[in-house]
Amino acid sequence: MELLNIFIKSAFIENLALAYFLGMCSYLAVSKTVKTAFGLGLAVIFVLGITMPINWMINSWLLSETGVFGTDLTFLRFILFIAVIASMVQLVEMIVEKYSPSLYNSLGIFLPLITVNCAILGGSLFMVSNEYNFSESVAFGLGGGFGWFLAIIAIAAIREKIKYSAVPAPMRGLGMAFLLTGLMGMAFMGLMGIDPSAL
Amino acid sequence: MAEVLVEEKKSAIAFGKKERKLVTDPLNDNNPITVQVLGICSALAVTTGMKNAAVMAVAVVFVCVLANLITSVMRNAIPKQVRMIVQLVIIATLVTIVELTLKAIAFESYKQLSVFIGLIITNCIIMGRLEAFAMGNKPWESTLDGLGNGIGYGIILLIVAFFRELMGKGTLFDYKIIGATEEFLINTETSFLFGWYENNNLMVLFPSAMFVIAIVIWVHRAWNPSLVDVS
Repeated sequence: MELLNIFIKSAFIENLALAYFLGMCSYLAVSKTVKTAFGLGLAVIFVLGITMPINWMINSWLLSETGVFGTDLTFLRFILFIAVIASMVQLVEMIVEKYSPSLYNSLGIFLPLITVNCAILGGSLFMVSNEYNFSESVAFGLGGGFGWFLAIIAIAAIREKIKYSAVPAPMRGLGMAFLLTGLMGMAFMGLMGIDPSAL
Repeated sequence: MAEVLVEEKKSAIAFGKKERKLVTDPLNDNNPITVQVLGICSALAVTTGMKNAAVMAVAVVFVCVLANLITSVMRNAIPKQVRMIVQLVIIATLVTIVELTLKAIAFESYKQLSVFIGLIITNCIIMGRLEAFAMGNKPWESTLDGLGNGIGYGIILLIVAFFRELMGKGTLFDYKIIGATEEFLINTETSFLFGWYENNNLMVLFPSAMFVIAIVIWVHRAWNPSLVDVS
């Protein structure tokens, strides 16, 4: 039950994309069609769900004072976290290239850029600052990924619809995407502060 | 003989037309934020005040230039399969240097920026430029490219921060510009620029950054129609 609460909280109330505005670069650039957005969303869920527990293990077993080395090594946190994330993304890249070359081509440079999707490193840093335990960090990773997935699907669907509207030429495409994200973010601000365990 | 000499001279010019274009291009036609869509997250988070935006801009220029230079020097020694990890280790090292330096000389800014200094590592501008430029070009060109992109990013950051801080808090660099001051509330005789102005709290929140960047894009593309999205 506690885990379900964390899942719901990280997916909806503290949505990484629409409440913290993390991972915006790929969110804005790959949301032109629902199909590619779907692929990227799944990749993000996968990478977040895997890196979160691995980073939890690294943080609490290697880097903390109670860990193997017995000294405070938290200044190495960035480098180790990002190394884990980079290797996981490289893994995903190989898998996607093998099994779905069309998705691989349409994602282009944004597949390696999942590495620098701030939602993923940001998620790991939030996990550290929230002091989750192992199973909680798994729920947080999956929930955060799911929330990001929903957000990118939503904006991709809106952008597909808005293609047929009469938008001023300079605002077409990227400009409208920014405006829409702002409006969606304002909507999500309404959810802020809700405590799912009290429901 | 003379021609060869002239040619040699040309290539010896370290800051010719091509090099200048590398620096000026990201300021307008190829701006990292409004055209390449890179580095949005930090642009949203640190632009609540001019001071934070300025510190962030300087940090990003520093990391961007040095990361481009180092990667470009090492580019032939990096195997393709592990390139991302190598690039990230370079960036992470530089960011750790920035973080520790800020902690030592500007502790106030360091506390306010906190996580976002760490998130420079995942600032896609730096990684994006390493992938797209530094992996295939010589060190000097890469350095200039890093400088141009860093500055292009910094300019947008300062523009957005200008409007958000002015309209959200009525201040610039924490110095009161518009709106009623506390003295004004006590003695209404004290005149102040736009004393009727009430701070707009929405401008301090995240969504407003989206709106401001959308307007920046609108103005930029209206002024430079070659950037308009045709699809």
